[in-house]
Amino acid sequence: MTYEDRLQNVSVLGAAGKMGSGILLLTAVEMADLSLLPENKGKSFVLNAIDVSPEGLSGLMRYLRDQVRKVAEKKTVWLRQMYADRDDLVENYEIIDEYIFDVLNVVRPVTTMTAAYNSHLVFEAVSENRALKVKLLTDIDTNNGNNPWYFTNTSSVPIGLIESEANLEGRVIGFHFYNPPAVQRLVELIKTDKTTADVVEFAHNYAKKLRKIIVPSNDFAGFIGNGHFMRDALHGMKEAEALAVEKNMPLYKAIYMINKVTQDYLVRPMGIFQLIDYVGVDVVQFILGVMNPFVTDEELHSDLLDKLMLQGVKGGQKSSGAQKDGFLKYKGAHVTSIWDIHKQTYVDIDEFKDECDEMLGDLPDSAVAWKSIVRNKKKDAILAAFFNDLKGSGTLGAATAVKYGVRSKEIGEKLVADAVADEIDHVNTVMLTGFFHAYGPVNNFFE
Amino acid sequence: MRRKVYMTGGYNTVSMGTGRSEFHPKKPRPGLEHYIEEAGKGTLAQIGGADNVDEGVIGNFMAARFNKQANLPGFLPTIDDKLQWKPATSVEGACGSGGLALMSGIKSVLAETGEVVLSLGVEVQNTVKAIYGADILAGAGWYKNRKSGHAYFFPGQFSDRAGAYYEKVGYDRARAGMRRWFRNAMENARLDETAQEHQNKLADPDALYDRLKPNGAAFVDNLNVLDCSKVSDGASAIAICSEEGLKRIGVDKKDAVEVVGFAQVVRNITNFPEDLTELQTIKKAAHQAMADAGITIEQVGTIETHDCFSIAGVLATEALGLAKNGEGCDYVAAGNTARDGAMPMNTTGGLIGWGHPTGATGVHQAVTIWQQLTGKAGLAQISMSDDRPYGMTINMGGDDVTVIAIVYKRG
Repeated sequence: MTYEDRLQNVSVLGAAGKMGSGILLLTAVEMADLSLLPENKGKSFVLNAIDVSPEGLSGLMRYLRDQVRKVAEKKTVWLRQMYADRDDLVENYEIIDEYIFDVLNVVRPVTTMTAAYNSHLVFEAVSENRALKVKLLTDIDTNNGNNPWYFTNTSSVPIGLIESEANLEGRVIGFHFYNPPAVQRLVELIKTDKTTADVVEFAHNYAKKLRKIIVPSNDFAGFIGNGHFMRDALHGMKEAEALAVEKNMPLYKAIYMINKVTQDYLVRPMGIFQLIDYVGVDVVQFILGVMNPFVTDEELHSDLLDKLMLQGVKGGQKSSGAQKDGFLKYKGAHVTSIWDIHKQTYVDIDEFKDECDEMLGDLPDSAVAWKSIVRNKKKDAILAAFFNDLKGSGTLGAATAVKYGVRSKEIGEKLVADAVADEIDHVNTVMLTGFFHAYGPVNNFFE
Repeated sequence: MRRKVYMTGGYNTVSMGTGRSEFHPKKPRPGLEHYIEEAGKGTLAQIGGADNVDEGVIGNFMAARFNKQANLPGFLPTIDDKLQWKPATSVEGACGSGGLALMSGIKSVLAETGEVVLSLGVEVQNTVKAIYGADILAGAGWYKNRKSGHAYFFPGQFSDRAGAYYEKVGYDRARAGMRRWFRNAMENARLDETAQEHQNKLADPDALYDRLKPNGAAFVDNLNVLDCSKVSDGASAIAICSEEGLKRIGVDKKDAVEVVGFAQVVRNITNFPEDLTELQTIKKAAHQAMADAGITIEQVGTIETHDCFSIAGVLATEALGLAKNGEGCDYVAAGNTARDGAMPMNTTGGLIGWGHPTGATGVHQAVTIWQQLTGKAGLAQISMSDDRPYGMTINMGGDDVTVIAIVYKRG
């Protein structure tokens, strides 16, 4: 079966979700683009957008319409060639409108699983729940006579387990997008012991057409991305708790300080507590729970997260994309206050910011902001100079940052030692492209 | 000329769009009426108010599509209540609309139907993204060519001209001239507060220009974005008067320019240009205007020419006779058209540096010449010598289709 044939009937499970909608958008555009090629004229391309929520599917169609317009506006030169034989389409706006229709026309929003019974390829993007994934894929596979391939957007559950429990021998692969899929270039590709070469080859072709960067990860719970992030987050939470004890101060102040160190001193796009909020306190807790049974030499668990969940503080994002309150409380993109787990209320940053900043000490003059450096070609040299000054500055903030940098490297190296990643470069690429870090965790900046 | 015609009281709004720090594509912005009012009031304040105005002309290209607005004459009284119940007209000739607004005023004065005419040009283009703006601006070409044209229709047309020129004179030679044209535009625009590139701080325009190689996959084959004029919101206005009109408004002749020659020439829009490396209509219009004024190019001290693309600026030097056929690139590259060169051109940045609110451009050119000839150009002022007292504007609609050339001297 050719690449085009495989993509003639596709289903996305969980299509209205945050990840599912992005996967659906990218796949719908790819399928519509194939349908426009002269050699594919007359072939039908069907993409079933399957989700339990009718409201979600309605929102999905609106999202698609808006996003496809943006996609079309960027490739109007190519679209004019594709529609050159359509005399009725003259102006750019007419061509763009037609293209939007053609992409939406590929999509079949449905709430029933039966639509997937005719597919040759199934993307699974439901919630990170092993039993649910196994149940859905088993149902499809027993009713689908095509021996379909399954691409699962699983971020922590070992793919081999899903494969064996759903009886999909060789026809499943982990294809883990990063949030939001339409923007983030990274895809973690996870083969099982049995995944066939055909499936892998198709995955590479498909990723290339979507202009994604593939990083292979071995089939260990959490893979590379969560393998690093979860341990990095645990370190951040432990550091905050230790700092609170050491300085005999409330935890919320320490959370503020560690968040600041991880953002400003480590030159990251956001502080570690903001990142936990972004992913969701609940999601982080859940993924730790998935990963923990598979590791023997460490405990992947946080009492602090459990406490927050009991207090109903979950973070995550609203359907509009706005950040919900978690460890931190937000007004737009700004952090306004920090959660106090004892009083169970948010404390205004202005009440303690100056005191905490003073404890951390001044940043060296060579300090740089993540935003200003992330695309700078000479960033390695600039960062080296800054981190070097940091090592010599002797402030609490600098010491905490250096310790953090060392730990982050240790986590990265252990992923290779544990054979989760084949090489250091894969770990660094995941953090650079999936987490938008300005430098990989395995570096020589902090020695 | 059967009667003396003067221009005075020129006013430009800011040319708003990318390049201005106050421009945010996603925030609400002033509309057509704001620009008409600001430019109109700016001129009225210099000519003793609306009572002195006999009629108004508004030049505009595509408000009907950019702003969903036609019937622009009805906006004249929004400038001042006293303009209500007076005659008003709107004129359209694509990017030459501003020039047509000037011509309409000149002809009214010559016909003695008006002693003081308020001529105004306006365009508000940032209402749509560039990819849709390209559709609208494509109206300056023949609609039957739109289907086969480029997504960015006009950049596509002038990319073809640039490609033909590269073949004729060599790529590097041609690009050297176009690169200098761009640099001059930035350097001149910085001197004019209303210019879209006024805040331009590019340390090395040449280096940026060389780095941005034309890329047909992303834009057009033979031009980069720096070769192109801006997408702009803006308006310009000027008063066109007889001698009697000047007396009425109380403006001394030395604060006005006299129109000493003009030409309006069109090329058949349904035909392709005979030679892509020649701006035939500009050549005819400029020479007719100079003949009308009884002067030669050697007597002209400064020129505002229609550089919707850098290649149009380079080709104009050949059409005007400043450089031999195929040598315009060398002429420009050598600095002859810079503000301190042999023939300063587009001294407030032109369409690439000052901006290109399409329907306003022709009027903006007249305002710049009026400023330079009367010593009102501020930081952008060039020195004019007594043996070359003339200024000239060349305004072009479409791909060398509707051209207006006007020759001025200090009043």
